[in-house]
Amino acid sequence: MIESLIWLLGYQLAGELVSRACGLPIPGAVLGMLFLFITLCWRRGTPAVLASHVPAFLKHLSLLFIPAGAAVLAYRDLLTGHALAIAFVLVASTLVTLLVPAAVLRLALRLRSERRG
Amino acid sequence: MLEFIRTSPLVAIFVTLVAYRAAIAINRHFRGHPLSNPVLVGCLLLLAWLVATGTTFDHYIRGGQFIQMLLGPATVALAVPLYSNLARLKRAALPLALSIGIGGLTGIVSAVGFGAVAGLPHEVLLSLCTRAVTTPIAMGVSQGIGGIPELSAMFVILSGIFGAVIVKPLFGWLRLSDETVLGVSTGIAAHGIGMARVFQISEPAGAFAGLAMGLNGLFTAVVVPLLVGFIHP
Repeated sequence: MIESLIWLLGYQLAGELVSRACGLPIPGAVLGMLFLFITLCWRRGTPAVLASHVPAFLKHLSLLFIPAGAAVLAYRDLLTGHALAIAFVLVASTLVTLLVPAAVLRLALRLRSERRG
Repeated sequence: MLEFIRTSPLVAIFVTLVAYRAAIAINRHFRGHPLSNPVLVGCLLLLAWLVATGTTFDHYIRGGQFIQMLLGPATVALAVPLYSNLARLKRAALPLALSIGIGGLTGIVSAVGFGAVAGLPHEVLLSLCTRAVTTPIAMGVSQGIGGIPELSAMFVILSGIFGAVIVKPLFGWLRLSDETVLGVSTGIAAHGIGMARVFQISEPAGAFAGLAMGLNGLFTAVVVPLLVGFIHP
């Protein structure tokens, strides 16, 4: 457990430092993910501690989003003032963003398999 | 006593964990029905508690931030399932890159475009740019371009919940059964909450969702600051 935390926090910290040092708009955790991915490719395998702890950790990913949901309280006025408009934008935009990449990916995968077949 | 309950970080963490545990039990009871999504139910239970006790968001988040902070290492941890699915990734590299690029742009343009059509204020439009990406990226980018970070976080959470609830019925209705396509689209449109949902459906699809989420996050973080000049007040 401790070793896994050192791995994950260490890579997040490395990402944070690079992001700050280079003034990048990308959050440290995302760079940390990229660095860890590159490391795993480079050493051709996942350390045993990570292989056993990470799936258990990611299983409860949903928990980590719950505190931010409480922000609804802080923006109650703005939300109720524009409730319909905001609901429309979020629903419409999420639907379009689900469907467009699905169509592109399906088409691209089909074109490729036709070319190979 | 009530003052202690409202302000103690210990109570905040405890209530969040109990809300989540109850949400899981409810989700199991309804056999994973999309509307019993654990993030949705967990948030509603938590909000009910906060309203009932009169706890403000500022007081709650003093404890809540300890849980929220784990999003960082969780994001880093996504490299592990991603690496386990390296072979699948390599096979579909070009189609994936194409759909993530186009999907990422769709995410930004559709949110701001629909927002402008609906007549939302300028600062709200700026906070909408990052609607489709994971919370930590959305907050960082939003701050950089003059949006309201907390508002961006909330748009992210709300659309993530909607995406997670709708994706399975929507794809079933359209008869799209390819799990790779489901994973990638959900990662692009509904980030981590969508991904958590896809992991329930299948592990490889979840890894694709994680990949799409991460790459779309990178893409959006780079592109939004370049596009923001087009959003006129």
